[in-house]
Amino acid sequence: MTDTTSSQPAPIEIPEGVWSQPAVNMSAVADLESVEAVRSVRAFASMTYDYTPGLATTRFLRAIKEKRLVGERCSETGKVYIPPRGVSPVSGLPTTEQVELGLDGTVVSFCVVNLDFTGNAQEIPYVSALILVDGSDIPIYGLVREIPYNEVQPGLRLKSVWVEDSELTTSFENIKWWAPNGEPDVPASDLADYI
Amino acid sequence: MPEDATTMGDEDVLRAPLVLEYPFKRTTGPVIGAFLTALREGRFIGIEDDNGKVLCPPVEYDPASGASLTKLVPVGSEGEVLSWSWNQSVRDGQPLDHPFAWVMVQLDGADTPMMHVVDAPHEAMATGMRVRARFASERIGSMDDLLCFEPVS
Amino acid sequence: MRDVAIIATAQTKHVRAATATNEVEMIQPVIQEVIERSGVDRHGFDFTCSGSSDYLAGQPFSFVMTLDAVAAWPPISESHVEMDGAWALYEAWVKIQTGHADTALVYSYGKSSPGDLPRVLSRMTDPYYEAPLWPSSVDIAALQARAAIQAGVTSEQAMADIAYRSRTSAAANPFAQLTSSAQPSALMDEEYLADPLRRHDCAPITDGGVAIVLAAGDKARSLCSRPAWIRGIDHRADGHHLNFRDLTTSPSVSIAAEKAGVANGPIEIAELHTCFTHHEPILRSALGLGDDVEVNPSGGPLAANPMMAAGLIRMVEVANRIHSGEVSRGVAHATGGHALQHNLIAVLEGEG
Repeated sequence: MTDTTSSQPAPIEIPEGVWSQPAVNMSAVADLESVEAVRSVRAFASMTYDYTPGLATTRFLRAIKEKRLVGERCSETGKVYIPPRGVSPVSGLPTTEQVELGLDGTVVSFCVVNLDFTGNAQEIPYVSALILVDGSDIPIYGLVREIPYNEVQPGLRLKSVWVEDSELTTSFENIKWWAPNGEPDVPASDLADYI
Repeated sequence: MPEDATTMGDEDVLRAPLVLEYPFKRTTGPVIGAFLTALREGRFIGIEDDNGKVLCPPVEYDPASGASLTKLVPVGSEGEVLSWSWNQSVRDGQPLDHPFAWVMVQLDGADTPMMHVVDAPHEAMATGMRVRARFASERIGSMDDLLCFEPVS
Repeated sequence: MRDVAIIATAQTKHVRAATATNEVEMIQPVIQEVIERSGVDRHGFDFTCSGSSDYLAGQPFSFVMTLDAVAAWPPISESHVEMDGAWALYEAWVKIQTGHADTALVYSYGKSSPGDLPRVLSRMTDPYYEAPLWPSSVDIAALQARAAIQAGVTSEQAMADIAYRSRTSAAANPFAQLTSSAQPSALMDEEYLADPLRRHDCAPITDGGVAIVLAAGDKARSLCSRPAWIRGIDHRADGHHLNFRDLTTSPSVSIAAEKAGVANGPIEIAELHTCFTHHEPILRSALGLGDDVEVNPSGGPLAANPMMAAGLIRMVEVANRIHSGEVSRGVAHATGGHALQHNLIAVLEGEG
């Protein structure tokens, strides 16, 4: 924690010649010296795009609207990627075979978040985890709930918890969070390739 | 059944609006800060190079030699249009909400032009025309303090 | 200096909007094609370098996503420039010169269609004095065009002639986006888009990409029957602020051309990164090209202008004509920034 009772730290001394910008000479515009100088500006910019996620991600998002998780397989290595981007990072070749995945997964890695990054959307502390969905070869991010944060560990088996069927859309937010599914933990040695 | 990548038409691909915002605050340093301070006071300043040439708007270093520039000097609020183009369809964020001219305007006392806009009819625009600055009534020390230029009648 | 050549090229069919694909899906077929054409093993490149800009499609770190297409896992020796692919080629050329690579894969792409490109490009201007005004790329080019017309460098008629010639030349280019044009007299009757620019004076907005393979010395000779040797390459920048530049000339092009050795032999063709018609006379003059030099036989950017790729495509168009034996010596130009601010010049030659 920062000690707010102490005074500001001393300014950093910059060695002479390393960096310097000479003081401006205001003698010809002396009246500007008597008013408060502008030191910063707001440089706000906003740009709107019509975003398209591409073919593979569209296939993934259309499936997720049907409460299904669909990965895509690398033709060279057989690895299954989720969410698919259309190309295998190992072979550089297109992934064209869709693979129906399970709706359960395994914690590969996790962290306990004690800072409110979400503007009170999540009660802290909460657990953010890398989850290996059954049938896939690369973990995805997810929240882990319905379990005390200090009981989460790699190998923990999870089920995906979805929004109501009537609320399903083409969005990854269909999965609200992940929760223990009651199955025994997966041994750490089985996860070595995914960390 | 999953859709086949080879037959998926453009109309089948998802689309969504995406807004990217850059809410940056930038420090000005003493030279640009002085120019914006002057704008807030409703006037212009430039900076003199080693040959006595006045650059407006001012910069910290000579764009040709890289030498530090320090001597701020007053510059007039009227000037001459050196080049112009016509902006028929106004885009978000541009200085005026109706068609206007972009100009390179060289202010009296300056030796370089600045890019800004002129509020005038298309047919009134001409290289060499005289224009004067129109300032905002409430000024905060930003480029928004200078609304535009207008023809000197 | 090591001899370095472009030994294989590929590019997309350039289109106004590649809405079906994301960026990696758009560029992957081109990368796969150039790798197969080069004869280098997919996992055998010593270096890979790409050029792109996240601002175009609003996709942060899009270049990381497109790395999937070069099989970047397990990690490869790789770099990226937030610039046109011509500068990615330059970095790869330097890498080969250092002796750390004999082969390099270079690619670049731009998907401009999701945004309002002329407005997006306003973010390249000075952040204090110019960017708050949101001048579009067309607005700035129009200020330059007016200055060039006033200075007698070109005329609206000459610009219409360039537009007509470029787009009719592109009829022979299977990758071009615009491949026909009304007669110059009809073009002159059209309304202004940004007086003094009409629509035909502006390069189209394009989605597309390009990929090339570089190889050094005997490696290049073994992989390609007639490599396009990079005999000279140099890049220079004029000042960032428009107000301190004479917009009717391009000192940076002249210096880069001298350093690249443009005048050391006859130039048969020139592929120039002309995003606007008035760029051509400015570049011709700065490069010292004679009237007999054919400019942009491909149609140039006025026929297809994928941002971040259109410069590297200029090198590809010259290299292709050397590979085929059509020409023996040509110059390629790439630009970045507004109003021809930053320029790269390369001289390409065939042997025998």
